[in-house]
Amino acid sequence: MRIYADNAATTKMSKTAIDAMTPYLNEIYGNPSSLHSVGQEAAEALHSARERMARLLNCEPKEIIFTSGGSEADNQAILSAAAIGERKGKRHIVSTAFEHHAVLHTLEKLQKRGFEVTLLDVHENGMVTPQEVADAIREDTCLVTVMYANNEIGSVLPIPEIGAVCREKGVYFHTDAVQAAGHLPIDVQKDQIDLLSLSAHKFHGPKGIGLLYAKKTIPLTSLIEGGAQERRKRAGTENIPAIMGMAAAFEEACAQMEENREKVTKLRDRLIQGLSEIPHSILNGDREKRLPGNAHFCFEGIEGESLLLLLDEKGVCASSGSACTSGDLDPSHVLLAIGRPHEIAHGSLRLTVCHWNTMEEMEQIIQAVKEVVAYLRSISPVWRDLQEGRRTYVIQ
Amino acid sequence: MLYSEKVMDHFKHPRNVGVLEDADGVGEVGNAKCGDIMKIYLKIDGDVISDVKFETFGCGSAIASSSMATEMIKGKPLSQALEVTNRAVAEALDGLPAHKMHCSVLAEEAIKAAIQNYYDTHGIAYDPSQFPDCASCGHCEDGHCHS
Repeated sequence: MRIYADNAATTKMSKTAIDAMTPYLNEIYGNPSSLHSVGQEAAEALHSARERMARLLNCEPKEIIFTSGGSEADNQAILSAAAIGERKGKRHIVSTAFEHHAVLHTLEKLQKRGFEVTLLDVHENGMVTPQEVADAIREDTCLVTVMYANNEIGSVLPIPEIGAVCREKGVYFHTDAVQAAGHLPIDVQKDQIDLLSLSAHKFHGPKGIGLLYAKKTIPLTSLIEGGAQERRKRAGTENIPAIMGMAAAFEEACAQMEENREKVTKLRDRLIQGLSEIPHSILNGDREKRLPGNAHFCFEGIEGESLLLLLDEKGVCASSGSACTSGDLDPSHVLLAIGRPHEIAHGSLRLTVCHWNTMEEMEQIIQAVKEVVAYLRSISPVWRDLQEGRRTYVIQ
Repeated sequence: MLYSEKVMDHFKHPRNVGVLEDADGVGEVGNAKCGDIMKIYLKIDGDVISDVKFETFGCGSAIASSSMATEMIKGKPLSQALEVTNRAVAEALDGLPAHKMHCSVLAEEAIKAAIQNYYDTHGIAYDPSQFPDCASCGHCEDGHCHS
């Protein structure tokens, strides 16, 4: 038995996506820049994939740049907005403390170049409010970048409202929608988004492909110099098979969104209910405004890496924000940002399910987590101290 | 695989896990803030460690290092237990990933802390230079010894 519950890390590809790719590996393997028929057939495919992605996001095809994934799109969005800002003497960016490192590390790079960055504090439920964004925007703000949904704790941010604030103040708004795309309805017009990043492998598409949506009035900075691909904004021969896989996966995810969301939400709710029964455990992220498939907990008195390894032994594939899983000394910056103390953040567990999981699997996961947490607590000196009153519980 | 088979074996089937209620020496090192705490309990018979148990809060390699360390000192004279180094623990586990070496350091320190505690509580004189201070492992910026 193996239960895959790490869909926020990556997903299994759908058959539709695989089938959409194979002709472009086997037969239509041409380079879209070639003039001959094999190349031109690939160029037509590329054109159609761009149109289909644009239709689903409600933008124009020319507003889509295919990238190697979400990280590249985040880098390009932020560096482009910064370059535009710099030309106008605007060198301030607003973001949040719990963004993905693709955003945070790019912002750090800009700070070294003299930009000022305001990282908004995140509330305990994993939210920032549109008012907080509005209050942080200054005369010299050139960009607001706020993730659509958090990759660890699954909270879904008020993106349309933040979009409205930015539009009103005339500041570019970028959102890293890597966790939301294909799972929540996104409309860049309605949500007033100027720049958006997404990645195919988070919605059952292939790895190594993603896109940047950039409103046509925003001149992009290219990160990779070379040929004239992607309107000269992203050089390199287009990864046609992956692009076709992404388009097929995104169409499928959007077509089945309501149905999948309903099913996955039920699975998630059962997980949350079952795991909440573990004493001294706490759900991270907002209970209601969260990604359909995300259940994220901290358990007091244990450490996350050993939890993951023992769950894997029981056939459950999950993830944790403990320091030991990151190869870093500090636990997840997301958990610290929502105010979890270090010792609690080390004992975190992320379970992210998809529509291919079953209710029976949820019962097995709950049982496995309960057993492993109880076992690790039984050998933990921290747990003994808590039980015997030498240490105070952080999670009641 | 992140870990050797030996690490996984000691992690999944830890030896000498538990508590000794009538321990003669107890050592606890580490810090929950850093994500690992090891506690070692010793029963001393004459000059020999007749029994040893441990409790660990930490990652797979922390649990495996504690387990291996207890195996290496059980039934041994104190003088030999004091010679167990973190390298010896890591080597006995067929190696640890570089960023997990501090777990073997904690194991060495936990043994020493428990022996030091035994000496202290039993009025036995010893050479303090045999025992490291807590800054030596470099795992935490703010030090981590509780013993």
